[in-house]
Amino acid sequence: MGSSAPIKDPTMPAPVLGPGQTYTTVTQKLSAIITSRTPLGWIAAMLIAGGILQLLMLSATWLLIKGTGIWGLNIPVGWGWAIINFVWWIGIGHAGTLISAILLLMRQQWRNSINRFAEAMTIFAVMCAGMFPLLHTGRPWLAAYWLLPYPNTMSVWPQFRSPLIWDVFAVGTYFTVSLIFWYLGLIPDFATLRDKAKHKISQLIYGVLSMGWRGSAKHWFNYEMAALLLAGVSTPLVLSVHSIVSLDFSVGLIPGWHATIFPPYFVAGAVYAGFAMVLTLGLPIRYFYGLHDYITDRHLNNMGKVMLATGLIVAYGYAMEQFFAWYSASPYEGYMMQNRMHGPYASTYWSLILCNVAVPQLLWIKRVRLSPLGLFVISMFINVGMWLERFIIVVTSLHRDFMPSSWDLYHSTPWDWGLYAGTIGFFLFMMLLFIRVMPVINIFEMRQLVSNQRRAERGTAASADD
Amino acid sequence: MADLYGLLAEFDGPDELLKAAKAAYRAGYRKMDAFSPMPIHDLSESMGYDKHRVPTIVLICALIGACSGFGLQYWISAIDYPLNVGGRPLLSWPSFIPVTFELGVLFSAFGALIGMLILNGLPRPYHPVFNVPDFERASGDGFFFCIEAEDPQFDVSETRAFLEGLNPKKVDDVEP
Repeated sequence: MGSSAPIKDPTMPAPVLGPGQTYTTVTQKLSAIITSRTPLGWIAAMLIAGGILQLLMLSATWLLIKGTGIWGLNIPVGWGWAIINFVWWIGIGHAGTLISAILLLMRQQWRNSINRFAEAMTIFAVMCAGMFPLLHTGRPWLAAYWLLPYPNTMSVWPQFRSPLIWDVFAVGTYFTVSLIFWYLGLIPDFATLRDKAKHKISQLIYGVLSMGWRGSAKHWFNYEMAALLLAGVSTPLVLSVHSIVSLDFSVGLIPGWHATIFPPYFVAGAVYAGFAMVLTLGLPIRYFYGLHDYITDRHLNNMGKVMLATGLIVAYGYAMEQFFAWYSASPYEGYMMQNRMHGPYASTYWSLILCNVAVPQLLWIKRVRLSPLGLFVISMFINVGMWLERFIIVVTSLHRDFMPSSWDLYHSTPWDWGLYAGTIGFFLFMMLLFIRVMPVINIFEMRQLVSNQRRAERGTAASADD
Repeated sequence: MADLYGLLAEFDGPDELLKAAKAAYRAGYRKMDAFSPMPIHDLSESMGYDKHRVPTIVLICALIGACSGFGLQYWISAIDYPLNVGGRPLLSWPSFIPVTFELGVLFSAFGALIGMLILNGLPRPYHPVFNVPDFERASGDGFFFCIEAEDPQFDVSETRAFLEGLNPKKVDDVEP
């Protein structure tokens, strides 16, 4: 996939691959993560994640028995944690597609070692996201005819003029296309695992998954074109998904939602949150599996820069919300902003500013961008901050209805917390499972980097001889 | 020679493999293939396989997806279940654009994956080259080049001599 241009380039400060790598070492190291014995640390992590996952089972079961009344939802705040968490998870997914599609089109070679697990992250994050609207319907088994256009005995169809149905199509397409893209990238690596696997059953499973891939030049020829086209269609797709999610809000007339800045502001926020989650997961994986030669300082530096840039766009979005509230001269918009900054949720708003605007400014310092610990802490702040952002958008706008007689606060219940924490458990559980059975770094793209690196070295050696 | 699929030569690296493919094409061989653990620029083109068909498939799929997406919404909203919302037109096409776009993307993604698999003749669990014991390294660090017995110019001893002349690591017979 991508270019075969040599890596040697004055604009590239550090290599994207550690020194001394060959085709053999890359293949050995990355497939050994899967073919070697299960590490104890992995089992321990799996137990913890599996434990949290039980919270999801419990919360979802109780929800289906009792209905959405177990949550803190009520009038006027009819959209509570379910929507907040939905938007939060969908946003996290966006970094995966950004890394695998947009950076591929821009020929950014450093994406190669992080795209695989970022794509996996996308898929699991979208699964978590999808659970919330489905469970929010209260009766998901009826959701089929509310959400999907199929001929039913009631002759009822979805309303296609509503952003909520656009959302169904956007998220459904996003999930499917991400899965296809991920699988396409995995086919050659499944072939490697098929040939490396020692156990009969794993040979069979990887053999079936690899579809008989044999690395023929003609295969690669069509494969690279398919990957490029998938990247091409995924790029507008990923931009459309969070834009459509933002339309769920901005098509409404609620103060604080009805703003034209929402689509770009949501997309930037999604990429921001997604990169934070890539770091949250990637740094521990890099540390525990010793992948420092593949996820180098250059990656950390670049991811820090992307977070800083998207963070500034998000900060601009916050500034524009303030500006609109004043410039629109609408008393409702003005009151909404006053209430956001000084009302009952003021502490949430200022925590949001701290997490999403103040703390990430540390990323201007190169030493922070190169420090795994520093990046991990900052990405945690951003994970929290992006959740608070959605909380602010949903709850502060709704809790002050147009009529003061219907004003109320949102009181979350333990079931709100349980379901949210449960999806985090599900996400970690799936990520751990993925690390164990699939190559966490794209192996064939690493071999391509080795080839490019060698060609670049030979190029410099030849010019030195002249 | 019905009992032979072809001859498989192993080379040191991508550049040697590319050189071998070019030499074989120049020597007049056509039924051949190269196997490598990663894509090599220009390799397939140098063997005369250089027409891209995936883009056409993806374009056709995208158009089918977009048209069926728009058609579905039009039929539902204007024909089967016309619903007057505030006197707005039944064919309110701007609000149909998001779903039209999404279905275009969805279909083209399927087109890219399935088109690639069909053009490559996959899934194909069995292939004669897998019979060569060392071939499992083609997914790791081995670079192989195969001239098939079906090639009109193929002759066991001559082709073997030709491959030996390209300075390979070794040359193996491929059982069918």
